[in-house]
Amino acid sequence: MTLVKEAPVRPAGKRPAAPAAGRRGRRRENLAGYLFMSPWIAGFLLLTAGPMIASLYYAFTRYNLFTPPEWVGFDNFTTMFHDPRWQKSVEVTLKYVVVATPLKLLLALGVALLLAQSRRGQGLYRAAFYMPSLIGASVSVGFVWRALFSDDAIVDRTQKIFGVDVGGWIGNPDYVLYSLVALSIWQFGAPMVIFLAGLKQVPRELYEAAEVDGAGPFRRFWNITLPMISPVLFFNVLLESIHAFQVFGSAYVVSDTRCGPADATLVYTCYLYQKGFKEAQMGFAAAMAWSLVVAVALVTAVLFWSQKKWVHYEEAAK
Amino acid sequence: MTTVSTPVVRTTSERRRTGSIAWHVGALAVLAVVLYPVIWVLGASFKPSKDIIASIDLLPSKPVWANFSGLADGISGISIGSFFTNSLMYAGLAVAGVVISSSLTAYAFAKIRFAGRNLLFTLMIGTLLLPYHVLLIPQYVMFRKLELVDTLVPLVAGKFLATEAFFVFLMVQFMRGLPRELDEAAKLDGCGHLRTYWSIVLPLCRPALITSAIFTFINAWNDFMGPLIYLNTPSKYTVSLGLMMFRDQEGISNYGSMIAMSLVALVPVIAFFMAFQRYLIDGMATSGLK
Repeated sequence: MTLVKEAPVRPAGKRPAAPAAGRRGRRRENLAGYLFMSPWIAGFLLLTAGPMIASLYYAFTRYNLFTPPEWVGFDNFTTMFHDPRWQKSVEVTLKYVVVATPLKLLLALGVALLLAQSRRGQGLYRAAFYMPSLIGASVSVGFVWRALFSDDAIVDRTQKIFGVDVGGWIGNPDYVLYSLVALSIWQFGAPMVIFLAGLKQVPRELYEAAEVDGAGPFRRFWNITLPMISPVLFFNVLLESIHAFQVFGSAYVVSDTRCGPADATLVYTCYLYQKGFKEAQMGFAAAMAWSLVVAVALVTAVLFWSQKKWVHYEEAAK
Repeated sequence: MTTVSTPVVRTTSERRRTGSIAWHVGALAVLAVVLYPVIWVLGASFKPSKDIIASIDLLPSKPVWANFSGLADGISGISIGSFFTNSLMYAGLAVAGVVISSSLTAYAFAKIRFAGRNLLFTLMIGTLLLPYHVLLIPQYVMFRKLELVDTLVPLVAGKFLATEAFFVFLMVQFMRGLPRELDEAAKLDGCGHLRTYWSIVLPLCRPALITSAIFTFINAWNDFMGPLIYLNTPSKYTVSLGLMMFRDQEGISNYGSMIAMSLVALVPVIAFFMAFQRYLIDGMATSGLK
């Protein structure tokens, strides 16, 4: 209260003094800014920018940690592209990204639409649906998943009722990746919450107007809800696909520590881990990491380019 | 639709009721699938080892305590408490690091006008999209040269140096939302930036700080790749690595204790979640939108 009253008076009195303090004040502000963010600057130089340059260098060397890095030019990259296990890891990762991301977002959007209606207990539902997003990354849940999808366990038995018998997903190279997909879909809570926040921003009047015009629920969803939440949808697609490219823990824990059977869950980062930390081929692993950066950058660029066609921002509409 | 008479009113209220029932049926169906694994692990931890995979019952027919009492023996000579202490140390340091360094950095971005601010902010946001794996190898090489492998330093150094851009971003967004009059008034009253940060901005940012703290705690508690790469001595292992060791040593023979241990390992996360879920979910939603 007092602040509001005093505000117009005080700055007016102070203002003439401002130019005198100008340059020194600005310098002091600069100093304060850099001092406050000195942790970030140190972190950026030591843990981000420095390592990025180093890993770019390593990518062109043969380096086993014990002898100094030896420059080999593009050897790591040519070896990599011809390596059947690398090709397999790319295939596995793409399959995982392409299957898991849309399914997860579809479920997240579906549940968000359900929860957007005001009903009793929606807060409780929302909390419960969000929980897997937090515990899903733990080794504990990896073990639970392994148990649920193993031979003769619940998933296997349920399938047998429908006459399908694959003998458990964990041991079957054709199915084991889908147990990881299922684990990823199960963690639909985070994108769901973001969808929910987006749905709350859609103006009620639009629906009322559409209803007066005789638009059914499907048309209202397609012509109002979807365009209005497209920025949120874009954000979720971007975030979830970038995450999916980097999956590691679940492949390592749920399948087995070699990301098998038969390399069936050899996701990209799992192969990177094997090359770098099991075989001490740091140069090769760095080359793999940079290829991942390029792939993620490409996906990001394509998504940003495509958003012109399907993402509607309010500023553009005005 | 057009006739305004009592029967119409009744049908709409009836329709509303069936709509409400359908809504709850749908929500409960999703809930059942979502909670199934959690209830399953709860039930399985009380089942004898041989029943865990094979029995399809969600809950044990005759609950046994053996799985939990078996945990007292520890895992190949290391007590369960040791893993928990290590995880708590890691998570505690991570929380302290993120809260301090990220809030300082966020204050600079949100409240101080200094040269190069926009460029640095763009760089900071850019690190959000950078796959962590490109830093993994050189960071490992660096920490190895510094002889810091097998300590907590490589795991928490980044937290004290505000490398978790997500939390910096979250706090910047929050601080920008605070009324400008407050820090202007503080400035006129002679407060320097340190004072404004500590006495005005920080207390008002409590929701953002709590959100970051809880996310950091849970991420550190669940972290698997970090400890897998940096910790070699079993007595320094975190809960995640302890669980993996359990599986490798005891395997299927002691399935019961493994599941019981998994459940115990989830307890802190679930407890945190239940206590703070409102902050978490709202924090998640706002950071995602703005």
